[in-house]
Amino acid sequence: MGEERLLEFLRRMLLIRRFEEKAAEMYALGKIGGFLHLYIGEEAVAVGAMAALEPRDYVITHYREHGHALARGLEPGKIMAELFGKATGVSRGKGGSMHLFDARRNFMGGYAIVGGSLPLSVGLALASDYLGEGRVVLSVFGDGAVNQGEFHESLNLAALWHLPVVFLCENNLYALSTPIERASAVTEVFRRGECYGIRGRQVDGMDVQAVYEAVEEAVARVRGGSKPVLVEALTYRYRGHSMADPVQFYRKRQEEEKWKQWDPLLRLRQRLESQGRLPPELRSQMEREVEAEVEAAVAFAEESPPLPAEELCHDVYSDKT
Amino acid sequence: MSTQTKPSPVETTYREALNQALREEMRRDERVFLLGEDIGVYGGVYAVTRGLLEEFGERRVRDTPIAESVIVGAGIGSAMGGLRPVAELQTINFSLLAMDQIVNHAAKIRYMSGGQICVPLTIRTVSGGGNQLAAQHSQSFEGWYASVPGLKVAAPFTPHDAKGLLKASIRDDNPVIFIEHSLLYSTRGPVPPEEYLVPLGQAEVRRRGKNVTLVSYSRMVGLCLAAAEKLATEGIEAEVIDLRTLRPLDIETVIASVQRTKHAVVVEEGWRTGGFGAEVASQIAERAFDYLDAPVARLAGADCPMPYAKNLELMALPSEEDIVAAAQGLLGR
Repeated sequence: MGEERLLEFLRRMLLIRRFEEKAAEMYALGKIGGFLHLYIGEEAVAVGAMAALEPRDYVITHYREHGHALARGLEPGKIMAELFGKATGVSRGKGGSMHLFDARRNFMGGYAIVGGSLPLSVGLALASDYLGEGRVVLSVFGDGAVNQGEFHESLNLAALWHLPVVFLCENNLYALSTPIERASAVTEVFRRGECYGIRGRQVDGMDVQAVYEAVEEAVARVRGGSKPVLVEALTYRYRGHSMADPVQFYRKRQEEEKWKQWDPLLRLRQRLESQGRLPPELRSQMEREVEAEVEAAVAFAEESPPLPAEELCHDVYSDKT
Repeated sequence: MSTQTKPSPVETTYREALNQALREEMRRDERVFLLGEDIGVYGGVYAVTRGLLEEFGERRVRDTPIAESVIVGAGIGSAMGGLRPVAELQTINFSLLAMDQIVNHAAKIRYMSGGQICVPLTIRTVSGGGNQLAAQHSQSFEGWYASVPGLKVAAPFTPHDAKGLLKASIRDDNPVIFIEHSLLYSTRGPVPPEEYLVPLGQAEVRRRGKNVTLVSYSRMVGLCLAAAEKLATEGIEAEVIDLRTLRPLDIETVIASVQRTKHAVVVEEGWRTGGFGAEVASQIAERAFDYLDAPVARLAGADCPMPYAKNLELMALPSEEDIVAAAQGLLGR
């Protein structure tokens, strides 16, 4: 893989990490309300997967989706403004952290009912197929979703109708507090498509290049008209389920330390440095630029106007009939 | 004097009117397609989609597995992707398996996305009892759906409205829950041969009267009309309002009527507690209290699961006699 691309991957992962750290800070300051689910630790999955898509492809995802949105190219300022509940947010302040949307980028939203977005991804793929558009749907969900009926209904129908969906499971080993081995009779998620004839593949979700290659292969296969594919990325969230989650109740520090040794940013950085492709001045320049971008996002969110009262019941219905 | 005459309406069944609506909209717009259980080869459990597979093929008339959540979810997703799906859920009882998709997704996507994405999805389903189908096949949940912002809910009584409202629902950019009634499919009524739509959100006064207003929708409108006939023989002139759409609700037509008649009976099949009739009664009380000569009367399904036994099922549903008695009671007769 080319140097430029790997540097871009590193930059995007760094942007997600710094954005999320800043979001945590803003949450502590009371600038962000509700639930806040941070993506720190899982950056390689979003960056690798989004890089494998074309702009026309659809992305639909769950509520830990800031990383997906940033990797898809949504403006950090508009995402931060959404978290702040401002009129300039990507969902005009109506959605919040869990419901980032950008129709122009075919980013069809983050959804906060576990498993609920999977049937929608089947429909998006059906529309692409019906209209002969050649778009692929990247349908992202967590390991907690795979025991929902909606997961099974969706895999079955997508396979039955040969629809262009790449099902991407971000297996971070915990569904809120419950470890996967206490929730799933079969813990290898990639095998769970077998009964629908869906090809599965497991990938190291802490390795951005591996994720990219796995998703790119899946996208090519699906775009070629075969059955959907299920990719399982093994990953780890460093923080709690949300900001309100005391993670020490169910996770051991040793386990966290083990995963942090495989940190996706650290690994790629070390690799590039050992190959002489990331000199110290380039690294610090990248850090400075990303930090400035995140600061600018916060400033944009701060300065953006609040939603006017007349917005309350606006956008409930389309007026066009 | 014009020599032109409008083509005269054709006596058509409710089932055939729905079939015509689907056929016309599919011919008109390539983006309209159908999905649901047993709708293609079999033609639908109530035969509403009969003949459509033959005309439009498997791409546009799609038989699905028994999986209500993904039937509705695939409908929502394909609507987000530019299509105009019509999903059939065989009965409203089964819609509970898709409640997450209907309430958490279809109804919310436009709002949560800040108006970026519409969901022009129509969900056809069948509500109500009266067929001895017992507790799991005889429920009426249209009031539940009508309480959800983001959804529209239509519940036609006549073949004319079944056709016109279904066509309007398919053309609407919002998710519409379209409620049919199994005991209406074989009923007949005049349907114009030319193209027409019935807009969502307009009630219809089915019979004029000055003494009492009977408010209902779907099959119960028929009972109200029969009750009005009986009341007329006793010198009571009942006005009968067919709501046609529960959301948006045309409460203005109801209020205007009650202001004249000063008495109202609200009739529904669903359970009394928290029923849609309670919403109508409360809006009448809020808007026309000073006009009322008596409290609003409510008739609704009995607060129990639907029994199988015929005699008990009849007791569980409002009857023509109940409506007559309620109106007489309000008027002190």
